[in-house]
Amino acid sequence: MSKVSMKGLADWVEYRLPYRDFVRNHLTQYWAPKNFNFWYYFGSLALIVLVIQIVSGILLTMNYKPDAAKAFDSIEYIMRDVNFGWLIRYVHSTGASMFFVVIYLHMLRAMLYGSYRNPRELLWIIGMIIYVLLMAEAFMGYLLPWGQTSYWGAQVIVNLFATLPVIGEDVSVFIRGDYAISDVTLNRFFALHVVALPLLLLGLVFLHLAALHTHGSNNPDGVEIKLNKDESGKPKDGIAFHPYYTIKDSFGAVVFLAFFTPIVFFAPELNGYFLEFANFVPADALKTPEHIAPLWYFTPFYSILRAVPPFFNTQVWGVLAMGASIGVFFLLPWLDRSPVKSIRYKGVYTKIAMVLFGISFIVLGVLGTLPPTDLRQILAQVFSVVYFAFFLLMPWYSKAEKCKPVPERVS
Amino acid sequence: MQARTRARLLNRHAVRLLSLCLLLWGSGQAAWAASAAVELDKAPLDSFDFASKQRGAQLYVNYCIGCHSLKYMRYTRVAEDLGIPAAVAQSNLAFGQELFAPMLSAMTAEQGAAWFNQALPPDLSLSARSRSPDWLYTYLRSFYRDPGRPSGWNNAIFANVAMPHTLQRLQGIQVLDEDGLRLASPGTMNPAEYDVAIADLVNFLVYVAEPVRLTRHRIGYGVIIFVLLLGVITYMMYRDYWRDITSPQG
Repeated sequence: MSKVSMKGLADWVEYRLPYRDFVRNHLTQYWAPKNFNFWYYFGSLALIVLVIQIVSGILLTMNYKPDAAKAFDSIEYIMRDVNFGWLIRYVHSTGASMFFVVIYLHMLRAMLYGSYRNPRELLWIIGMIIYVLLMAEAFMGYLLPWGQTSYWGAQVIVNLFATLPVIGEDVSVFIRGDYAISDVTLNRFFALHVVALPLLLLGLVFLHLAALHTHGSNNPDGVEIKLNKDESGKPKDGIAFHPYYTIKDSFGAVVFLAFFTPIVFFAPELNGYFLEFANFVPADALKTPEHIAPLWYFTPFYSILRAVPPFFNTQVWGVLAMGASIGVFFLLPWLDRSPVKSIRYKGVYTKIAMVLFGISFIVLGVLGTLPPTDLRQILAQVFSVVYFAFFLLMPWYSKAEKCKPVPERVS
Repeated sequence: MQARTRARLLNRHAVRLLSLCLLLWGSGQAAWAASAAVELDKAPLDSFDFASKQRGAQLYVNYCIGCHSLKYMRYTRVAEDLGIPAAVAQSNLAFGQELFAPMLSAMTAEQGAAWFNQALPPDLSLSARSRSPDWLYTYLRSFYRDPGRPSGWNNAIFANVAMPHTLQRLQGIQVLDEDGLRLASPGTMNPAEYDVAIADLVNFLVYVAEPVRLTRHRIGYGVIIFVLLLGVITYMMYRDYWRDITSPQG
């Protein structure tokens, strides 16, 4: 009796909201290539970190005060007087950095296997917009503790906009809402950090997944599995996303936690990389710290900014170079002219270029955390050139090199 | 099959390259830290030495709190965390104050401005996190006589510091000459006793900077064990489900 009515209810719902269809189309009969490797964990991990950040962020908002006179105190209140407030805060601060670890590896995966190539260009573009918004989200979140690096970091970054010709000053005042970083800035950054950007991010993540499910995932061989279907229309090299990849990604999530939780519980500052020491001093508009460095995930771009010398009495060239260093990623689908997608079948030029790019990204990242010296300045300039060369020479070296034959089916 | 082994090899190379890069980054950082600023003495701290932290708290309320508040710390929390009975905390730490009150200095901003030319000496709740335990340990042992300064004191690692040497009665008077710091006239403690006292004080300040630290570690061990067990279970489940993919006939 009850069994019958339950089925009746399920059918009633299905007719109005086809959830069974949805589960079939996106989980149990959504065919994913069977040859995903290590690099394919980072997509689901990014989703998990997003959820961690939203949940811990909501809990933080319950006790945080976006007020220049109270913000710093309210963080310490969370750390000391709120039950498990310290855990919530460390999860959120560690999560922010780990988000970038995961996203960078996710992007590297796309670059290794050509996941941005036709027909997934828009998927890549949406992903890049998510990445840029994530940087804005992280930057605005970092002002909220209202410590010295929060304050002066924000001062430096917003001042970058002031270097734009003619409108620069007005733009920077518009962003701050004041002539210096102040309570007004703190309030609007809070609004953007907890409402506006998360909403945008969620919307874009939805679009990212919608675009992904249109043509399905690429894979380490860069072979389209949908070109090889059996009689029932199922790709021969595809397996059901659920249960195979939900189970595999669960294991990946636990491995991620095995890295995440030791940081949260034993090294939440991670030696100044995840929480900077100077940020345990309340913001003081009258005391400029000796050394202002952005958090590690911005430092490659910060290095490029500093590497470009001022011409014609303006610093705007560095700012433009920094913008270009991020913007050039958007062009990847059209810079890559290789006949194959995956690094497995690309030639030696691409492999060398990838390694050089990886090295320059890391070296620029390290240099960005350090105060500049003459030698470091030269190093930053050399590696900035290598960084841009990777992208701008790609149309030639990706086309000129000799590639290996791509198999019909995934291996 | 061959392609798969090659892929695995490629992955192994990638992982190796990643770890090499991390290593390079780490050593670069270490080299920078070593070259920067002054050599600091290593503070001999034991987080589990509660007697040391109790002595540090005692030193703090006797010598420091006159000027430096610990506004994020309540007397009750100190008493509970360090195992000090409420009655003892009332008479020896909070003196006449409410035990639940934050540990505030009695100095007003006007007095600070008049005496030290700065509104208020800094709150030290987070000093062990913003500086470092080693910095505090070295700083408090590096005061020397400098008649040129308004307070009569200077510090070897914090040039022209506004703070006078409040622990002078304990340490005695140091002077700075070519060989570095030298004890010119002894205090009530000998140098070894003074070092222990400062280590106690720093131990207390490290506790104050993050009272939850030991709890955090204790819970952390449990969480990591749980995650590892969960890892074993999810791995076994993953292998089990994937058996029909990896060996379709078996």
